[in-house]
Amino acid sequence: MSIDKDKIKHISKLARISVDEEKIDDLIKDLSSIFNFIEQLNELNTDKVEPLSSILNLPLRSRKDEINDGKIRDKILENSPQKNEEFFVVPKVIE
Amino acid sequence: MSDISKKSLTEIVKLIKKKEIKSEELTQSFIKNINNDKKLNSFITNCSENALKKAQNFDKSPKLETLLPGIPIAVKDLFCTKGVRTTAGSKMLENFIPSYESTITNNLWNEGAFLLGKLNCDEYAMGSSNETSYFGNVLNPIAENTVPGGSSGGSASALAADLTPTTIGTDTGGSIRQPASFTGTVGLKPTYGLCSRWGIVAFASSLDQAGPMTKTVQDCALMLEAMAGFDKKDSTSINKKKENYSKNLTENIKGLKIGIPKEYRVDGMPKEIDRLWENGKKILKDSGAEIIDISLSNTKYALPTYYIVAPAEASSNLARYDGVKYGFRSTKGNNLIEMYENTRSEGFGDEVKRRILIGTYVLSSGYYDAYYLKAQKVRQMIKNDFDQSFEKVDAILTPATPTSAFKIGEKKDDPISMYLNDIFTVPVNLAGIPAISIPAGVDNNNYPLGLQLIGKPLDEQKLLNIAYAVEKKINFKQSLNRWWENNV
Repeated sequence: MSIDKDKIKHISKLARISVDEEKIDDLIKDLSSIFNFIEQLNELNTDKVEPLSSILNLPLRSRKDEINDGKIRDKILENSPQKNEEFFVVPKVIE
Repeated sequence: MSDISKKSLTEIVKLIKKKEIKSEELTQSFIKNINNDKKLNSFITNCSENALKKAQNFDKSPKLETLLPGIPIAVKDLFCTKGVRTTAGSKMLENFIPSYESTITNNLWNEGAFLLGKLNCDEYAMGSSNETSYFGNVLNPIAENTVPGGSSGGSASALAADLTPTTIGTDTGGSIRQPASFTGTVGLKPTYGLCSRWGIVAFASSLDQAGPMTKTVQDCALMLEAMAGFDKKDSTSINKKKENYSKNLTENIKGLKIGIPKEYRVDGMPKEIDRLWENGKKILKDSGAEIIDISLSNTKYALPTYYIVAPAEASSNLARYDGVKYGFRSTKGNNLIEMYENTRSEGFGDEVKRRILIGTYVLSSGYYDAYYLKAQKVRQMIKNDFDQSFEKVDAILTPATPTSAFKIGEKKDDPISMYLNDIFTVPVNLAGIPAISIPAGVDNNNYPLGLQLIGKPLDEQKLLNIAYAVEKKINFKQSLNRWWENNV
């Protein structure tokens, strides 16, 4: 697979990471060599293999959907880069 | 008393229990070493002051019936510690102070230990040389210009330099075992699910596993005992009875079958590594084990599989860093989306961004089957290889790394050559099984080299026993000239 400028722009949009114009060429080079490397997997015939879904060979536990904590708003807001007394603050979304 | 900081954890615990030393005296000796260190850069946050208070409190009414009574421990800065900054080696979390404690560190504190500091690591544990950390690279105490390995590079460096008596790391593709091998220390990656992941900054959730890094195999058994255990807060935690790994440790390994996988003999592998492996085989044979040639035929596909699965999971896990709930936020951008994009662009380093982009791509519409699904199929094949081998053998012996510690900057600009460092460690994570790296010799430069033992799921005791037997016969000793204490 070939990686070009458009593809880098598309992925970085999906990943919500802005990429500097001058760094795009380096990224093309790095990602191309990485994809070249991982595409070795195409040598293998996997038609009859089930994809691994759990490494434990055990089903995940389920639990009752019960409230076990709460009333910790201040704790949750503690590390926010921008907040007022009760809310996270973000750039204006609705005009 | 001879320098207490050079002793093994097991010896230190014994001295504390016999009341021959106090926790304060012990803690002071490590603080002295930390303060004397001018170059290693293994600590991101120094908690000496608090540690000293804890030590004094311990000495007032010592509780000696615990596994780690009055022991100061510095931990990888990937474990959330309540009220103490936890950075994951990233600018994104430079000022993040968790309001909760990870289960693993909590288990250590419940056994009588306390926090000495937070140790440097590759950013979000993504790296094999500790060069991706926002807080600068770490040096390996074995020689001034070498890397300590990664991602638990600060942990390995601090341990080898006697800045902490033991430590803990996390291992997603070799991040405990490779730095252990590079620094002449012992590192264990437990079975997936044995140690809780709750409160550890997530990288790739189906691969991440916390484990001990220690000076001896006996220390490793003791630490695993303190760390392991069921945790209902981790949905993949295994519910099983606690084991007394340290009490049940034995060097009697007569009759055990040890597999030697031919696929681990790679092209261009240094002669010293080959010799190391042969020596390991000989020691096991002399100890009464039976050596059996085996095949793990899909070994060469493990690394390509890993570089699909791990970035895919990372791209999903790291989506949480949006500059809203916690962490860094960029001041640039005219709307919400631009704020997200600039925050993530400025807050993450190059390697982390590279992996998020790879992960986003392999999960994106139209490519999921070709990459991610394909990788999960190959992952199953790799796991099957191990399952089949373990019908014939009790454990597998391989080298831990394809080279000894390399120089700073040597592989920094070539991601693939950096990734190849984990060629022997990655298959174990993909299969979710346990493996231990122990120091087993040196190369021409006198740099340490490690051997890796791989075991069946939840068979840590046997793995530790075999490692213990090999360690005794090899009798690896490292003497470092403490060059990092010079100011010039």
